[in-house]
Amino acid sequence: MTTASDAPLILARQLRKSFDDFEAVKGIDFEVRKGESFGFLGPNGAGKSSTMRMIGAVSPISGGELSLFGLDPEVDGKQIRARLGVVPQDNQLDELLSVQDNLIIYGRYFDIPYKIARERSLELLDFVQLKDRARSKIEPLSGGMKRRVTIARSLINNPEMLLLDEPTTGLDPQARHVLWDRLYRLKQDGVTLVLTTHYMDEAEQLCDRLVIMDQGTIVAEGAPADLIRTHSPREVLELRYPAGTNADRTQEVDGIGARQEILPDRILIYADDGEAALSEVHRRGSQPESALVRRSSLEDVFLRLTGRTLVD
Amino acid sequence: MIASRTGPIRVLEYQFMVYLRVWKSNVAGSVLRPLLYVLGMGLGVGSLVDDGPRGGQLLADLTYFQFFAPAIIATTAMQILTNDSLWPIRGGFVWHGTFHSQTTAPITPGEVVSGLLMWHLAKGLLSAGGVALVLVFFDSTRGWGLLPAIGFGALAGVAYSAPLVAWSASRKNDLAYPNVLRFVIVPMFLFSGAFYPITELPGWLQFIARLTPIWHGVELCRGALHDTLTVSSTSAHVGFLLVWVTVGWFAAQRVFTKKLSL
Ligand SMILES: Nc1ncnc2c1ncn2[C@@H]1O[C@H](COP(=O)(O)OP(=O)(O)OP(=O)(O)O)[C@@H](O)[C@H]1O
Ligand SMILES: [Mg+2]
Repeated sequence: MTTASDAPLILARQLRKSFDDFEAVKGIDFEVRKGESFGFLGPNGAGKSSTMRMIGAVSPISGGELSLFGLDPEVDGKQIRARLGVVPQDNQLDELLSVQDNLIIYGRYFDIPYKIARERSLELLDFVQLKDRARSKIEPLSGGMKRRVTIARSLINNPEMLLLDEPTTGLDPQARHVLWDRLYRLKQDGVTLVLTTHYMDEAEQLCDRLVIMDQGTIVAEGAPADLIRTHSPREVLELRYPAGTNADRTQEVDGIGARQEILPDRILIYADDGEAALSEVHRRGSQPESALVRRSSLEDVFLRLTGRTLVD
Repeated sequence: MIASRTGPIRVLEYQFMVYLRVWKSNVAGSVLRPLLYVLGMGLGVGSLVDDGPRGGQLLADLTYFQFFAPAIIATTAMQILTNDSLWPIRGGFVWHGTFHSQTTAPITPGEVVSGLLMWHLAKGLLSAGGVALVLVFFDSTRGWGLLPAIGFGALAGVAYSAPLVAWSASRKNDLAYPNVLRFVIVPMFLFSGAFYPITELPGWLQFIARLTPIWHGVELCRGALHDTLTVSSTSAHVGFLLVWVTVGWFAAQRVFTKKLSL
């Protein structure tokens, strides 16, 4: 028997989304449990945002089943949204209002009393290290700052679950690390995180479990380390040859390691021992301009499963 | 758990928050512009008309100033609310994402529309009130009738804004917005009966003028100030305006629901 506490917060079965005759999400299954940090990893157009908007109880589903907190979004959209925090891909901050007023009015949408919304807005701006910008307008803020304001805004109603659509896309490495740190703290506080990303390092950093999406379908599911272990040898040897000659190298690397990928800009050799593979390349007299041995990543899993790279 | 029904009030609050940042320029628009109109047209043109051959009989013994000035209560509300129903709607969908963030929170698209129209009513009362305030300063247009006229003017304004909100929201871009001002609002303003009685127009134009909400608004405002309204004429004018408000309201709810739940 399942009790209320271990019922999944999100349960999707054969979930679909169509726009006219185009099918953006083609029947996907997944579950998210309380306290978990769950990710959708996939390239542009995979259907991540379409899925997030259905989970956010904003976009009606086109087929299959979806339940959130055990409720049907079609019937109980308001109750569901009252318990969610949402960070949309495009922020949707209101440039007509100050930073703090953006948070306060958003709190009012959740019927939070004005005085409490005001206090909480300052606490949250402090949490995202933007307290000194409370009275600032939105427009002069940097991309990373706007993202942090949006995250602060999404927390105004103390959500049980936070939906983040590409939280760090377009940010510089330092801004990304600040954000990751804040999200990590939320996770430690027991907030369930659901996020999309096309950065494999972000997925590895933040997600306990993830699904890899491509063209509206889920191609793999699991914990990042398990996915890598299952779908890719332990190490990767990356070789770079003079531009435009990669295709001619097929012979030179043939049979080395478990598998080879000839990409336009580099050649990847998958092997449990990358150094040994490199010795073999040298033994055959091949002269790459550079060679690098690294551990397998989710990027390699994606390449393996779809034949394409994540970020192009 | 019962879903909260405060959505429209929250949307109204948002609009008010934005208004607090810009109210000074708005007040200038709803008091200074009508003041110029009233003085320029009412007194200037008035001096020509009142001394003219048909002066008194044409305007039912009103001076031109008394005839013209109360009409500006309705036309000002119409103009201000029309502007609020064009680019600001585009802004809510595209530039500021307001409608999207409201519906990401526990507010429905239908409630966004209701809150918006409640705000338009409030703004209509403010703008109509601004003009009425100007009229208080003239002996010939001072009267308790200005109070109901404020309400009638605001109603006429919403009779424009409700259908226009639906229309603007349904556009893919804002290229056609200026046409509303050029081909709808300006002609209606000119044929509204604000400047002259529409009985001066040829029959077919008179018929068209009677179908425009603004003529009903002008009749109501003028009648309220000069105490010439009857129960039946008032109900007919108000009923006509309410039809436009209701139709626009429902249409806008449909369009918003479609656009905000893709
Ligand atoms: N409102 C819409 N109308 C028509 N097609 C849409 C709409 N929204 C999304 N799509 C299409 O659905 C597909 C999936 O889009 P979606 O935004 O879900 O992808 P995504 O994984 O979030 O991509 P990205 O990384 O670029 O944000 C795309 O091909 C997109 O063009
Ligand atoms: Mg997206």
